[in-house]
This record gives sequence, C-alpha cells and structure tokens, in this order.
Amino acid sequence: MFTRRLIATAAAAGMALTLAACGGGAATPAATGGPAGGDGIKIGIKFDQPGLGLREGDSYTGFDVEVAKFVAKELGHEEGDIEWIESPSAQRETLIETDQVDLIFATYSITDKRKERVSFAGPYFIAGQGLLVRADDSSITGQDTLGGKKLCSVTGSTPAQKIKDAYPDVELQEFGTYSECLPALLNGTIDAVTTDDTILAGFAAQSQYAGKLKLVGEPFTTENYGVGLKKGDTALCEQVNAAITKMVSEGAWEAAIEKTLGAADYTAGPGNPPTPAACS
Amino acid sequence: MLDILTRYDILGAFWMTIQLSFWAALGSLALGTILAIMRVSPVAVLQKLGALYVNVARNTPLTLILVFCVLGAFYILQLSLAPASAPLRTQIFLWAIVGLSLYHAAFVCEALRSGVNTVPVGQAEAARAIGLTFTQSLSQVILPQAFRGAIAPLGSVLIALIKNTTVASIIGSQEASAMMKTIVENETGSLLVFFIFALGFVILTLPIGVGFTEMSRRLAVKR
Repeated sequence: MFTRRLIATAAAAGMALTLAACGGGAATPAATGGPAGGDGIKIGIKFDQPGLGLREGDSYTGFDVEVAKFVAKELGHEEGDIEWIESPSAQRETLIETDQVDLIFATYSITDKRKERVSFAGPYFIAGQGLLVRADDSSITGQDTLGGKKLCSVTGSTPAQKIKDAYPDVELQEFGTYSECLPALLNGTIDAVTTDDTILAGFAAQSQYAGKLKLVGEPFTTENYGVGLKKGDTALCEQVNAAITKMVSEGAWEAAIEKTLGAADYTAGPGNPPTPAACS
Repeated sequence: MLDILTRYDILGAFWMTIQLSFWAALGSLALGTILAIMRVSPVAVLQKLGALYVNVARNTPLTLILVFCVLGAFYILQLSLAPASAPLRTQIFLWAIVGLSLYHAAFVCEALRSGVNTVPVGQAEAARAIGLTFTQSLSQVILPQAFRGAIAPLGSVLIALIKNTTVASIIGSQEASAMMKTIVENETGSLLVFFIFALGFVILTLPIGVGFTEMSRRLAVKR
C-alpha cells in the first residue's frame, strides 16, 4: 500500500516537473524588445564547453561567460540578474526566435544561413579550426601533415564536415561530444581532435590534461563568434557592440582570455580582438 | 528551402539506417532467441544467466552501450571486429550493429517469452509424454507456436530498433540522424528539416507496423 502511494506521489511529482519545464519556456513573452528594465536578462551559453561556457554546480565559467557578464553589466544588469540558459548548438535559433533567451554567447559562429533567422552583434572573437594532439606527438604539425591520420570531432559539426570535404585521406571518428574523443586521443588510438581552437584550448586547459595535450598548427578556417539576438533588433545589437568595444579597449577582453584559456598557453589567433561589425 | 533535398544525400543516410536496422534485427533475433531458450530451459543456471542479461541490457541506456562499444571496446581495449586494414567506417558500422543487437536482444527475448506463454502448458507436457526431449519439444512444438504468438510484440521491437538506430550517430555512424545534425548545423534547425526526417521514419516503420499486425492475425495459432 505504502509503495503504491509512494509511486503515485513520485509520478505526480515527475509530471509537475515536466509541466514546469515546459511552462518555463513558453510563458516568457514579456522579455522581448531588448535590454530595458533592470529585472533580469536571459543569456544562452553552452553548459558543457570548458574554457568557454561551463556549468559547475551553480557557477558558470569560461570566455563566453566573461564576455556575457561584461555585456550584461553594460546593459544595466548586475551579475545576479543574469539567468543562464543552456543553448545547445541545434537549438540556438529557436531559443532566440521564441524569446527563451535575450542574448546568446555560445561559440556562435556568424553565418549567412543563421542571419536569415537571427541577428548577430559582434564578432567578439575570431576562432579557427585547430588540431589538438598529444604533447609528445610530433608527427602532426598542422593541416598539411594529416594524411592517413585518425581525427576525432563531433557528429555533423562544421569542423567534421570540413575534414570530410577537404581531407578525404583522413579517417574521421565522430562522437556525440568532444569529451568522448579525449580518452581515445590520450591512449593513442586517435591522433588528433579537431574543432574550433578555442574549444580545444578549453579542454587542454583543464587541470586533468595539464601537460598531456597541445594545440598545433595555424587555424585553418575562420569562425566569427557573434552574439545571437532577436532578428532586426539593431538597438540592442548596437548596445552590445558598444559593450564589446569597451571590453576590448579597457583590457578586460585580454584579461578574460588569459583567465579562461591561458592555462593552455593559448594565444588568440590573427585578427583578435576583432572590431564588431555594423548592425543590420 | 526544399533544395536541401537535392543538396544532401538524405536517401543515402536512410539507406544506412535500413542497413543498420536489418543487421541489428537479425543479430538481436538470434541472440534474443538463445536468451529466451535459456530463460525457459529447465536449467536454473541458464535461467538466471538469461534473466541477468535481460535485466542488465534493457536497463542500460542504449547511448551508454554504443559509446562503450566504440570508445570502450574499440578504442581503449582495442578489440577489432574487422581486419586492421579495414576503414574506420566499417569498424563503426560493425560495432553499431553489435551494440544495437546486444540491447534489443533483451527485448526480443521478452517478446519471445510472451510467445512461449501463449502455448498451453499441456502441449509441453504432451510433447514430453510422447518421449520428445527438451530440445525436441522446444524446437518442434513450443518455439514454432511461440514465434507465431510473438509476432506482434516482435514487430514493436523492430519498430523501436529502427528508431533507435538514430542513437548510432553519436558514435559516428552516418545514418539519418547524423545527416539531420549536419543539415541543422549548416541550415539551422527548421521545422521542415525535422518533418523530412520524421516522415522518413514513418515511411520505414508504418508499413512494418501494418505488416506485423496483419501477420500476427494470419499466423496466430487458432485455438
């Protein structure tokens, strides 16, 4: 009898949670229209990308998070007012279109296809596809020494497609996340992990990989990380751009890179820090 | 927007889904039958082993099984299912089939056991009474009727298997959901993209559902 009641309670609680989760997304039409009002801002970041956007318990760390905090402050939102929302790559446009987030800082590359659905402020960083190899491996020095090597990336991602298209003699292992590539890289069954150099630096900077991994070669693509926002909201876009420009000129941008990716000996590639493009 | 149909090899991706489903269906049917025999056998050790396998396999997330197959078994333990010279694609394909088969065998086993339960116990007793051994009564009397009684639940397992092949994209299998991830990455995730892939799976699974229901009606043992 008790067991049955327990199960019923658990089921009810589960349903309530599910409903709450659904409601959280739908019931937020009030937050449209930009930065005005001091009552909170919803910022989309990655939760699982060390060095860029990572959630550990209640705290959020990473370069994207640092830029987001700076921009939010310039828009008049204290750190405590920020509501962090997880923004997986495939959901970013939808999250913006449905007003579930106000701004997205989530390794969000500016592309024409995405511009059809959202607007971008920034770029606030220029990343490029890089290669992460074992620290003692000198056989890969850059994109020209990949022949016959085994690379690892994430299923369907832009870097994975680039390898398939441009380096047909490379064997590519695709996993659901980069974390799964790393054990195979460390034990030598995979030769390199490839994606944006920032993401790679984020992994290399983690304490458990200290001294075991290194980034090699020059970035061989250009990814402009922008701030995703509601399509056509140029007012907000200009405010964000002003904040980014200020962050760079004050030196906070440099400090944020050093703080979040410095442990991997990472230096931002050519073109950094970028000048935000005009809003449209 | 509809040009994504021409720019991406969506049919090729679904062909991979079909191949994965086909081989995994055969694999899980074979392993599941063995497990079901173990579970209905008179040997206590086999019964326990079969039950243990079923409970472990069906209560482990498929994601975990597949990641274990490729990351754990292939990369870390370096177990290979094909000659070392075989391309990575082949290894991933084979491991995906193994992972899917291991997982769905548990469900096949339970579907078959439900089929065994449709066979009146008097039949087993009669088979033993006329002198058939356990193996003979199983293969000549019980299992043929059990399969016919289990067609409907086996159809459900097959439909679940086809849809579960999408999980194989996380180990790099180039099937439909990997193609969908690629399209979403390049074209942003629109309703149309989801609709195309949902439609693809409906086209694959709906006839199977109808077919199995029809078969289970026709082939059911009339009692």
